[in-house]
Formats: sequence, C-alpha cells, structure tokens
Amino acid sequence: MRGPGQHLPGLSRQLPRPAPRTLLALLLPPAPGAGRDPPWLARYRGLFALALAMALLPWLLPNNFFFGVAILVGLNAIVCVGLNLLIGYAGQISLGHAAFFGLGAYVSAILSAQFGWEPALAMLAGAVVVGLLAFVVARPILRLSGHYLAMATLGLGVIISIVLVHETRLTGGPDGMAVPPLRLLGTEIVGARAWYWLVAGALLIAVWLALNLVDSPLGRALRGLESSEVAAESVAIDTVRTKTRVFVISAVFASVAGSLFAHYSGFLTPAEASFPRSIELVTMVVLGGMASTYGAVVGAAILTVLPQALTFFHDYEQVMLGLILMLTMVFMPKGLVPNLALYLKRRLP
Amino acid sequence: MAEFAQFVFSGITVGAIYALVGLGFSIIYNASRVINFAQGEFVMIGGLTTAMLVERGVPVPLAAAVAIIAAVIAGLALEKLAVEQAREAPVVTLIIITVGASIFLRGLAQVVFDRNYHALAGFSGEAPIHVGGATVVPQTLWVIGTAAALVIALWWFFGRTLLGKAILATSYDSLAAQLVGIGTRALLSLSFGLSAALGAVGGILIAPISLTSHDMGVMLGLKGFAAAVLGGLGSGLGAVAGGLLLGLVEALGAGYVSSSYKDAIAFVIILLVLFLRPTGLFGRRRTERV
Amino acid sequence: MSLLEVSGLSHGFGGVAAIDDLSFAVAEGEVLSVIGPNGAGKTTLFNLITGIYKPARGHILFAGREVGGLAPFALARLGIARTFQNLQIFLAMTAAENVMVGLHRHLDARMLPALFRLPWIARADRRAREEASGLLDFVGLSELGEATADELSYGALKRLEFARALATRPRLLLLDEPAAGLNASETQAIDALIAKVAKSGVTVLLVEHDMKLVMGVSHRILVLDYGRKLAEGNAVDVRSDPQVIAAYLGQAGSSLAQPPSAARRPPAAPPIDVSGEA
Repeated sequence: MRGPGQHLPGLSRQLPRPAPRTLLALLLPPAPGAGRDPPWLARYRGLFALALAMALLPWLLPNNFFFGVAILVGLNAIVCVGLNLLIGYAGQISLGHAAFFGLGAYVSAILSAQFGWEPALAMLAGAVVVGLLAFVVARPILRLSGHYLAMATLGLGVIISIVLVHETRLTGGPDGMAVPPLRLLGTEIVGARAWYWLVAGALLIAVWLALNLVDSPLGRALRGLESSEVAAESVAIDTVRTKTRVFVISAVFASVAGSLFAHYSGFLTPAEASFPRSIELVTMVVLGGMASTYGAVVGAAILTVLPQALTFFHDYEQVMLGLILMLTMVFMPKGLVPNLALYLKRRLP
Repeated sequence: MAEFAQFVFSGITVGAIYALVGLGFSIIYNASRVINFAQGEFVMIGGLTTAMLVERGVPVPLAAAVAIIAAVIAGLALEKLAVEQAREAPVVTLIIITVGASIFLRGLAQVVFDRNYHALAGFSGEAPIHVGGATVVPQTLWVIGTAAALVIALWWFFGRTLLGKAILATSYDSLAAQLVGIGTRALLSLSFGLSAALGAVGGILIAPISLTSHDMGVMLGLKGFAAAVLGGLGSGLGAVAGGLLLGLVEALGAGYVSSSYKDAIAFVIILLVLFLRPTGLFGRRRTERV
Repeated sequence: MSLLEVSGLSHGFGGVAAIDDLSFAVAEGEVLSVIGPNGAGKTTLFNLITGIYKPARGHILFAGREVGGLAPFALARLGIARTFQNLQIFLAMTAAENVMVGLHRHLDARMLPALFRLPWIARADRRAREEASGLLDFVGLSELGEATADELSYGALKRLEFARALATRPRLLLLDEPAAGLNASETQAIDALIAKVAKSGVTVLLVEHDMKLVMGVSHRILVLDYGRKLAEGNAVDVRSDPQVIAAYLGQAGSSLAQPPSAARRPPAAPPIDVSGEA
C-alpha cells in the first residue's frame, strides 16, 4: 500500500513542447492549427506590442505638451496596473489609493528637498515607507469586505491626505512645495523627452512584474480567493497573508509612480492624494477592464487623455466626460479590453 | 458647558444632513445593491437650484419644491437610463456608472448655473436663539426639526405601509419578491426618486448655513456614505445613528482637538468602529452556506 | 493508530446543539462514511474538522496532534483536504488552473520570486501543469483542462473539486456529498473514484445520502442524529441497527419530526376515521 501523502502514481502527463516561431510571431497570435505558443510568448506577447507602441509613439507626438500628456498616462498606468492586481484579480477594493501615490510623492520630495537626500534614494525610501504603512493597516482593514472595506480604504486615504494638507512645515500645505529633479547615474533627468523614456521603461517593468505575478502560484491563489475564500483556505492558502501581500505591492506601485511624478513635475500639491483622485484611479481600472493588466493601461490612457481632448467642448467638458463614462460602462460592462476581446473572439474563428 | 452645548448643536445639525444623505444611500443600496456615488449631487441640486431661484425672486417654498422635483427627475433618469440598462453588469460597473452620473450632474450644474458660491437666507431670519446654553441660528432648528420629521415619516412608511414593506422585501430577496407579485422594477424607480428627494431636502436645509456651489456634493456625498456604512449599510436606523455620530464627532473634534483635523478624527473613529464591528453599528451579518 | 480522533466534540448555534458530545475515530487508510438525516450535523462536523468553526468543547486530534480551532489553511497544510456540499469552484479560472491552485502548498508562493519570475518558478509551473493534467486524467476530465470552469457541467465540476482536493496530496480527504445531484452512472463513476483514492492510501471521510454508494465503498459507517452518535460500525451492523432504521433508513414517523427530548419511538399511525364526519 502506498504511504500517505505521496501523490498518486503515474499521474504526471508530459505535455508536448511547441515548435519554435518566427520574429513576427512575437506580435501575432498563432494561426489556427499551427500549434501552441511556448508559455513565455503567450504571456509576454502583449508586452512586446506595448513596448513597440511606446517606441513608435514619439514619432507621432507633435510637441512637448503631448509628451507631457504621455508621461502622465504612463504614471497613471503604473498605479492602475498595481491597483488592478488588487481590484481585478484579488477582488478587493481601494478607494484611497491616491493617498499612496501622494505619500510616495511627498516622502520622496521632502527627503530630497528638505533633507538633501539623493532623489533616487528618496524614491526608494518612499516605497519602503508606503509599503510598511500598507502592511501595517492591511491586516485589520482586509478583514472587512465589500463596501465596508471600501469605506475603510476611503477613510485611510482621507486621513493621509488631510495630514499632507495640514503638516505645512513639512509639506508646504495646500500651496504645495517645490521638488528637485531626479538624478540617475549622475545626470539630471530633465525635459519631456528624457522623462518619456524613463516613464515608458518604468511602465514596461510594472507590466512585466504584474504579468509574472498573475501567472504564478501567488497569482493563482489571488484569483482563487476572489472566487471563493473558503475554497482557497481549504487548499492551504493563507487568505489574509495573500491579500496583505497584494495590497502592499499595489501600494508600492502607486508610491513609485507618485515619486516619479514629484520629480518630473518639480512641484507637488496635496490634490494628488485627494479622494476625487482615488475615485479617478478606480474608474480607470474599471473602465479599462478589471482582471486585465493591459486593460488598466488602456483605462489610464483614456481617462488621462479624454479630459484634455474634451476641452474642445469648453464648459461642457465635464458633462461630456460624465456622459461618455456612463455610456461606455452601460455598453461595455466588463470594461473596454475584456469586452473588445470577447467581441474579437466571436468574430474570428 | 455652554461651549459643549454649542458643539453638540452644531454636530447634530450637520449630522442630521449626513443622516438624510446616508438614508438616501441605504435606500438605493437596499433596492439595488449599488452604491450611488451621485447621491451628493442630489443634495447639490436641491440646494443650488433653490438658491439660484430665490436669487431671481422666486419665493422660497416654490423654489424648494422646484428643486426637489428637479432632483427627483435626475434620480429617476439615472435609474431608468443608466442603472436599468446595465442591470446584468457587476456591481462595480454600476458604481462607476453612478460616478459618471455624478460627474455629469456636476458639469450640468456648472453650465446651467455657474461655478460660483451662492448663499441662501435662513428660512426664519438670522436672529440668534438661545437653547440650553448654546446660541444657534433659527435655521439649525429647521434642519433638526425637518430631518426628524422626515425620519419619522420614513419609519412609518417602511414599517407600516404595504408599499414600504414591499420595498424592504425586495431588498431582502429580490427574486422572492418578484415571485409574490411585487413590481420590483417600479420599486427601484421609487427608491431612486425617494433618495433623490431626501438628498435634495438636505441640500435645501443646509444651504443657509453653508455655501452652495456646483461641487458641494462631493464632500457631502462622501460623508453621507461614511454615515451609512458606519451605521451599517442598508439599515435606516444605522444611517441616522451613523449620521448623527459622525456629525457629533466632527463638531467635538473640531471644537476640542483641532479644526483642521476634524475630518481625520472622524474617519479614525469610523475605522475603529469598523474594526470592532465589521458590518457597522447596526448592519446585517451575511452568512454563506458551504 | 487512528489518523483522526474526535472526542467529546460539541458545538452549537444560538442555543441549538449542532454537535453534541461526539466521539469517534478514523483509522489510517480506511473509508468512513457519516450518514444521518438532514440537520444531523454532518456538514457542521466537517466544518469543525476543517477549521471553519472552532469547537465549543471537545478535542480533535489529527495524527496524534491537537488541531481543534486551527485556521482552515493550517489544517490544509497538515494534510486535511475537502470538497464542499455547495460547490466552491473557482469559476473564473480554467479547470487546469483550478487544480493547480490545489497544488499551492507544494509551490513557492512568495511575492518576490513570483514578481521576477525566477527560474525555478517557471520550472515548477511547468511541473505543476503536468501534475494538474495527470490529476484531471485521474478523475476523468482529460481534454477539459483549458475549458473555463463555468462552461463545465455540474458532474464535471464535482469531479474537478475532487481533483483540486487531491492536488493538495492529503492524508485525510473529506468529501461532502460528492454524489449529490448526480445521476446513476455519474454516481458509479464517483464510487470508483473514491475506491481508487482509498486504494492509494488516502484516508477518506465521506458524507452521503446515497446508501448504495455508502454501503459499497465504506469500511465503516458512523450514523449521526441531532448531532449525536447513533451508531458506529461496519455496513452490515449499521444497516440492521433498529435505531438507525427508525431514525434514518426508513419508516414512517422518523426523528425528523420530533425534538430529541420527545420519545424516540415513532407514534403509531392514528386510525383513519371513515365515519363520514368532517
């Protein structure tokens, strides 16, 4: 008789290894009947497409203003990719994520402006501070669920943003504070083009990390606990610890994006940590499509660019924005990317 | 002691408004499981419409009536044109739809009215009244009295009338309610209309005390949501208790600790309550059968 | 030695005793079925053993170690797996991914290796995929690995939950009504599956209403009624125990209609009055 605990005999079935592919295959899905992609290609295909798009974009941008918009898109996208891990994959909610963005920004700004720290180190410190804070509050907060969890994250966000507004000595209060530029390897990063490449690189890294996480045991544990916490626990997943981890990582993503923003913009106000900004971030994630890393990028892009584009409507900008948001969610309830993906799946064989 | 009474009155006054907004959240949540992020905008419609009409010479009661009707129309439109169309969508999607609606309504108010602050005169003048050691403006009594009257009316409606009970039944189990012949679609509209009216009344009452503008709904909506969750989402008693508690904590915090940190203090209290009672003060615990 | 030992276990909800001073043991490698009327406390017992509830009184020992009140994931780590009466499948994931989640305790679940996809993660993932495929074959769901769980039939989902529980490589497997909602041939398949699992050395604790399945696959049977042990023994003995017959296996006036304090014997059926009075 078999000893207990050993897994059942002759079970592992060797899966066929697919054939190698051409360079074009990096971007296009395999033709039907042509075999399967190696797993790494299937996972990273979108990443290659994104990298290509970001490399080609500068040719289309007429002037520095547009580069500035692209940079903001990139930074919002980094936050949203992290937030999507929390909302879309783990099924939690955070209505206070702008506070992590703002806190990362302010820690980096204060350490470099007032204490003379090297900006890159200050950024790292910001990530550590935010990560620690997120870790400490995660346990009590994540025991809540649904709208109560939403309220707790909302409350946390408001508390942080109020502190940022009122600790005027450190933060300069509602009038804001100046931030020294970022220095990497001895050179200052100034100018829209230099920042564009830096942010594009950071976004690619963020997307790569997120894709890896989703397709890992931890990622599957996250997706499992979103469906059924009871079942997840029954297969030895420590749901509290898992939720805490994803909460912390999403906070750190926001913090890094915030720090980058501070040094890019050169000036920082507490509005970056406000409740309306938190709502904006959640809207980007849902609009683009939850449980879709590329959806988060798309959502960030659209909601960053749209208000700029809508200034065409002058006073009616907000009216149009609200209308577009409502119509999009009514007709694409899963978000843009998932709904588009479904539509394409039905149209193509 | 007089100081304490002053803070209490101020807290109950603003708390009464939070309670009305919170009730609006709870009623819609019960009917549709949706958190209506446009609730604050109903408050804004009530207050701003009244203020603008009164500025143009319309008598206050008529202006108030028009404002309430405008808010109700907005609420019904939101339900019919947006929420109902996305009936099958996940709750998060519906919430974002209400976020879109709130942006839309704020933008509309900017266009129809303007971006300035407006004031409304108190309903019974500005002469201060002395009550229990505190000095209050007459409007305070209007707020507290009207809110109390509305809460009692709602308690009677939900507890004693068939229509009210039907709405509650729908909130407990929508499918079962349909199966016994309750027109849940119509009740959903009714809930949105009712919530909008409550919000509008809150806005009208508070207008003389604080300034109105196209974006006054953001913070009030946030506080109303906090009140509803604090008290236990879906519980009317909870929304009222939560609203009053929130208002009192704010006023006492502002008075005795720090007025710039009053909101932070209030939210710390909310977080503490939620850690101790994860479904709010009077919220229902949900059980899952495995 | 018994793998699982329950002694003096009691647990209630709001004054109702769901489990009342229950004691029994499960030997390593055996299949023990728990039967009884609805409301007898069977699922409550499972929930107590798997840590969903913390026992009010009594002890639960697993491999000699006190485990009552441990968190569910800790118990799973010790080697206790289960399936659920109301399916708890991860519907948004594919069948293969569902099973792969079951392998969680044997994989590296740390954040940093996952984020950077360190080399062993990729290798371990490939092996996990292969093992998941093997398990899907074992339960008869080959070729359905890439299907999203919400596309599968009820019977397939029951077997998928089985595979997921097996993926944890348990010592003790708790099956909560595995045949509920299945037709005769599907039930036979489950029967064969349970026998296969038991033969491979896994101890099985089974809750079921399908008596044919129970009698066929169990070494011993435990009968519960109102949270108390009514009988315990092999299939033949239990089947002919008069108390068990009265309470559960079949006769009019079963204990379902009576509270425990009332007389156990069912009342004689009253004579039918045919005199014509209303």
